[in-house]
Amino acid sequence: MSRLMEVADRMGIDRVVLSMGLPPLITNPTPDQLRQKNDETMAALLHWHHRAFGLCYVSGEHVEASLQEIDRCVAKGSLVGIKLWVAKRCNSPEVETLVKRVHELRGLIVQHAWHKTGGNPPGESTPEDMAELAARVPEIPLVCYHTGGNWEGGIRALRPYKNVYAEIAGSNPTAGFVEMAVRELGAERIVYGSDAAGRSFASQIGKVLGAQIPEAAKELIASGNLRRLLTPILKAKGMEV
Amino acid sequence: MSTPIIDTNVFLGRWPFRRLPLDEAPLLAKALRARGIEQAWAGSFDALLHHDVDGANGRLAALCQRTDKELFLPIGTVNPALPDWEEDLRRCQEKYRMRGIRVFPNYHQYKVDDAAFVRLLKQATERGLLVQLVVSMEDERTQHPLVQVPHVNLAPLVEILKSVPGLRLQLLNAFRSLRPDLMLKLIGAGHVTAEIATLEGVAGIEGLLNQIPVERLLFGSLAPLFYLESAILKLQESKLSAAQDLAIRRENAVKLLRG
Repeated sequence: MSRLMEVADRMGIDRVVLSMGLPPLITNPTPDQLRQKNDETMAALLHWHHRAFGLCYVSGEHVEASLQEIDRCVAKGSLVGIKLWVAKRCNSPEVETLVKRVHELRGLIVQHAWHKTGGNPPGESTPEDMAELAARVPEIPLVCYHTGGNWEGGIRALRPYKNVYAEIAGSNPTAGFVEMAVRELGAERIVYGSDAAGRSFASQIGKVLGAQIPEAAKELIASGNLRRLLTPILKAKGMEV
Repeated sequence: MSTPIIDTNVFLGRWPFRRLPLDEAPLLAKALRARGIEQAWAGSFDALLHHDVDGANGRLAALCQRTDKELFLPIGTVNPALPDWEEDLRRCQEKYRMRGIRVFPNYHQYKVDDAAFVRLLKQATERGLLVQLVVSMEDERTQHPLVQVPHVNLAPLVEILKSVPGLRLQLLNAFRSLRPDLMLKLIGAGHVTAEIATLEGVAGIEGLLNQIPVERLLFGSLAPLFYLESAILKLQESKLSAAQDLAIRRENAVKLLRG
């Protein structure tokens, strides 16, 4: 973690959002593995709470265990929301149950979504799945990690659902991504992320700094929008916004 | 003021699958100059899919000349799967005065141990031309479903390199698929270099330099397909000595081109 933050400092990154614990990443974790990963995330925050926020790793494959983890780590612990990855697609009723519980706590909800050429593994959500979920819970803000990877389609899928935010990490720094997102979604619906340590901070912040968009839009994407999304739970927890 | 950069991986023309914010040569030239690029080795997007490779090379040479001839160094394409590719190679050097060629084994559907490609490597070397081998253009997960192009399998090159002494081979867009152990074998077999456009990971350059000599790494952006800032910021993300920084920004490229 200290190494990560040393590099973050070089790149002018003030705060990071952590999830899913230490490597290796587990695609379909058991309840015990969820607890272990969340313990690892909370342990990192013990030393880095001034520089990092943490998300609770949950799975639609284990609803009861995930609800318990949300209670343990978000309601009573130091984490500020949930991360859903690739265990179960997010258009499922199980994921909706988790999302609604976190919203009661005013927490941040982020869901991985890709639309891969060649097809996704069975549990991996697409932006279209995210759109389904968003339509069912229009009052709940949702963050779509990666904007589907194939971002032109992802942006289109998310466009009608004003409660969904497009996060831009985890794909090549392909020029035009952020410009199209700003054009179609508005800068207030786009969130920077790095996907570190798998990705480079540079390649992902380069998407924002290299985009031909107004400086005010860059500020919203780099920090303003996430700050706004985190404000309810930070206030609820008495944490600094 | 930072040392000027030589960008060894730039393209001109139109990317076939979308318009790009900087896909007009004057706009790209302005952006490159503004970010401290003093020379950009430019290939042609047209050459990916066009069969009239010489047409693409001729347009590329003219575009470089009329846009900013001090900035853009045209790098022609040769496709050894086409009839009479030797004439394309000859024109690259003798007609367009190019100092290197770019090859796309995956888009042009041949393997790196095909006899024609090995002949091309030998002839390019005899002519003193640098060869840039493009390993990929896109993440395979984001390709157009009708144009799914696998990354180039570089493994057979280890033996090929031994049979082409004097070859100067630069790998472009290699690091999504190229593992360090194979890179080390390639380096051991010949004068092989790579560039950083698709290098990922936190402080990726630093990590890579723990495994390969700095002399084998050059700056490359893949602009305008990629945001130019991505590659530039990678230099900032890694903690590099002044000598390492200079080598990657500029000096290695100067040496590679000089031969």
